[in-house]
Amino acid sequence: MSDLHTVNKSPFEKNSLESCLRLSRAGSVILLYEDAVYAALKGTAVENMITSVVGDRKVYVLGPDYKARGLDESRIIDGVEVVDYAGFVDLVDTNDKVQAWV
Amino acid sequence: MSETKNFMFLNRRAPYGTIYAWESLEVVLISAAFEQNVSLMFADDGVYELTKGQDTAGIGMKNFSPTYRTLGDYEVRHMYVDKASLEARGLTADDLVQVEWEDWETEESVDNIVEVVDSEKVAELLAESDVVFSF
Amino acid sequence: MPIEVDGKTFETDEEGYLVNLNDWVPGVAEMMAKEDDLELTDDHWDIINFLREYYEEYQIAPAVRVLTKAVGKRLGKEKGNSKYLYGLFPYGPGKQACRYAGLPKPTGCV
Repeated sequence: MSDLHTVNKSPFEKNSLESCLRLSRAGSVILLYEDAVYAALKGTAVENMITSVVGDRKVYVLGPDYKARGLDESRIIDGVEVVDYAGFVDLVDTNDKVQAWV
Repeated sequence: MSETKNFMFLNRRAPYGTIYAWESLEVVLISAAFEQNVSLMFADDGVYELTKGQDTAGIGMKNFSPTYRTLGDYEVRHMYVDKASLEARGLTADDLVQVEWEDWETEESVDNIVEVVDSEKVAELLAESDVVFSF
Repeated sequence: MPIEVDGKTFETDEEGYLVNLNDWVPGVAEMMAKEDDLELTDDHWDIINFLREYYEEYQIAPAVRVLTKAVGKRLGKEKGNSKYLYGLFPYGPGKQACRYAGLPKPTGCV
């Protein structure tokens, strides 16, 4: 089993995502929501934060938050999966616990 | 009214995650009534405020991105975007809203007052402003 | 105080603005005008309809200055002044016309 790590801060502004990636184990599940959805975007200066972990962590992005920010789903980094609110609930339910990197 | 000042609104936060972007926009709308020279600067995550196609139906928040397009009517003459911030965030000028400006008396018009500028120009514009409001 | 139009109740805030923009029907404007002892003419409706279109496009109620300029451009120069607009809406074109149109009070309007 694994833990669900949630990140909601912009990777450009806070080190929440960086710490989450550094301090979570392989096999962890990561959900990006609110301003953290920008980390899932291709072609940014921080793109490698996510591309370097998609092999050993499962990364999700919350669809409604991503859509609110005017970005097309085709621009999401390969290997990152979009979930809706129900999917968020399922992730909480199917993992051992939730750790929030606020 | 005393002499006209150059007001610069410096926007450095992404929309929706925090209230800064909306608060800045509200102050810009109000300040138009004071007949000052108002310019906006978008840098860091602030460049994300201007993305086209925002759809907030799924998050239950007001989508205020269409409001930027009326700023020309509020006599905002310049909306500058820091090129380095834009590029670092995977965006180009094509991803951003366009804002028209028109002088309704002379019918002089500008198709798009959103302008991508380099860091040197950003520094110059900030330095030349009389007042910088930070959000 | 809520207002009633054709047996339907519309919720308003403490200043009389409609709580839910999407609830609006023309009868709301007529009822609000009636309470102000005002008869709505085509000239009033031109302004109310313009305000609703503006809100639909930009998601805010326009400031009076913006409204005045837009009316001048859209409905003719002779109408693009505050005298004309105050003639139609004596409580203020921003406040009163926006209220009739079901819009929130314009930003910066006290």
